[in-house]
Amino acid sequence: MSPHDYQWPKADCTRIPYGMYRDPDVYTLEQEKIFQGPVWNYLALEAEIPNVGDFRTIEVGDIPVIVNRARDGKVHAFVNRCAHRGATVQRLIHGNAKSHVCCYHHWGYNLEGNLVGVPFARGVEGKGGLPEDFDKKEHCLRKMRVETLNGVIFGTFAQALEPLEEFLDTTFVNQLKRLFNRPIKILGYQRQRIHGNWKLYTDNLRDPNHGGLLHMFQITFGIARLNQTGGAMVDKKARHNMSWAAQDMGKNNSDAEYSTPRENNNLTLKDGSLLQYRKEFPDAYNLTIASIFPNCIFQQIGNTLAVRQIRTKSVGEFEIFWTFYGYTDDDTSMDQHRLRLSNLVGPGGLVSMEDGEAIEIVHRAIAADEDKHAFVEFGGRGPVGDQDNLVTEAPMRGFWMHYCELMGITPGADAHANA
Amino acid sequence: MPMPEHYFELQMLLDQYARMIDEDRLEEWVELFTPDGRYEIISRENLAQGFALPLMLCENRNQIADRVMSLREANVYHIHTDRHILSQLHVQSTADGWRVGANYALFQTNQVGVSTLYSVGRYEDLIREVDGRLLFVSKRVIVDTAAVPSLLATPI
Ligand code: FES
Ligand SMILES: [Fe+2]
Repeated sequence: MSPHDYQWPKADCTRIPYGMYRDPDVYTLEQEKIFQGPVWNYLALEAEIPNVGDFRTIEVGDIPVIVNRARDGKVHAFVNRCAHRGATVQRLIHGNAKSHVCCYHHWGYNLEGNLVGVPFARGVEGKGGLPEDFDKKEHCLRKMRVETLNGVIFGTFAQALEPLEEFLDTTFVNQLKRLFNRPIKILGYQRQRIHGNWKLYTDNLRDPNHGGLLHMFQITFGIARLNQTGGAMVDKKARHNMSWAAQDMGKNNSDAEYSTPRENNNLTLKDGSLLQYRKEFPDAYNLTIASIFPNCIFQQIGNTLAVRQIRTKSVGEFEIFWTFYGYTDDDTSMDQHRLRLSNLVGPGGLVSMEDGEAIEIVHRAIAADEDKHAFVEFGGRGPVGDQDNLVTEAPMRGFWMHYCELMGITPGADAHANA
Repeated sequence: MPMPEHYFELQMLLDQYARMIDEDRLEEWVELFTPDGRYEIISRENLAQGFALPLMLCENRNQIADRVMSLREANVYHIHTDRHILSQLHVQSTADGWRVGANYALFQTNQVGVSTLYSVGRYEDLIREVDGRLLFVSKRVIVDTAAVPSLLATPI
């Protein structure tokens, strides 16, 4: 059905029609209005492509994109689909290339995405080939506008869009500057294929309330400290969200390293080294999960630092692509510590694996009732601002209000009033 | 030089390993490792690029036991049964012990009988005899299936 025919009974998005997660027409429109809309999509990290010619092939929504460093030293990004008849141009997921040549009929593109070579353009001995008026300049790979912040690469397909820092807003600019305060090194990647709609994941990320309920590792083994404070911060449009938790300022904050004591009389791990946190930022935050609309998450969970890129595959499947990193000045002991703590997060993460299951059980159960609604009132109704506690899912509504704006949906209005 | 009986005994250990996971006897599965036994799951994608990031890493048997305790007590994951298929046993005798490789395919089946290929890859193990019993000193699971379907809870 048309994405605009669903009923949104409340203007503040406290009710979300299930069809938004299940309807293939919604998915198709999202690719245009969200991922190719007025947003900065996270693409990659500059540390992944340090040298001229280094490239990675990624996805923005489900659009294949090449990100590479060109001869001008700058990062360029363009759609990885041949301007001739649509083949994937660069078939490798990473590497170093002087140019990108499509294997089908050998159209060649330079590192800025411009078409530079077409074999047999003039035919052979005057026969065949392309018409006289063929102009290479009209057949470039579709280019993205690129901006970087402290080595984090963002790109957009939108013609008119505010600069990256304005889009991110102060909280999130500061957060990126905090996380990428010095040169980083890549530790590796993880991929997780979840059989559910991608927005069930963006919801999950804007719902700090589930943390202490679904993810029981923290409670069972005492990672969640009673002296921890937490909340959520949003940008001016409440489309981005940063869930955070901080160590009590009065305790332990001078220790370079400490174990988290068990605070429930439950169970003790035989080996507590997983629970160690080495303070590495000047502030008290030991957990920050910054979700930027629409496609990425910057996480600091203890000493695990990673970026997650959401790659949509269909209305019912997406991949989370995790890029784990540390700092180039980490010593061997810190390297090992980060690898050890990577057990906490990712598809096999002791404090995160449940998210995959939660998303899949929602996606399955709502199939039959696309016209029914999710109920979203933890944290209250009305406008969405910063949250001073974790018992809230209000930032989810911030996402949806902005989503509706981009999709041309007016929540709270009669379905027929939607454009 | 490994003799036929060595192949047999090592194959028995691998069979036990797979059966204990498939039969959800994870507490017994833990006992197949030496106290300093290491268990690691890592993607071929990462290895090929020289990255050490694992999907799961237990640096000793206590950490392996903690994983199992966490699955039992804390974690919520997809309800399923596992079925391992092992093949291509490769055995080398070294000063450290037996270097054993094998291919695996791991199928998962949900409660309503739908089976899917969950993971395929290779084991690279170091196995040693301790008090008359063969045990894993280290087991590295190299997954070809780097894109983990749904999530990774039970061991591979
Ligand atoms: S499709 Fe790429 S050259 Fe023909
Ligand atoms: Fe979660």
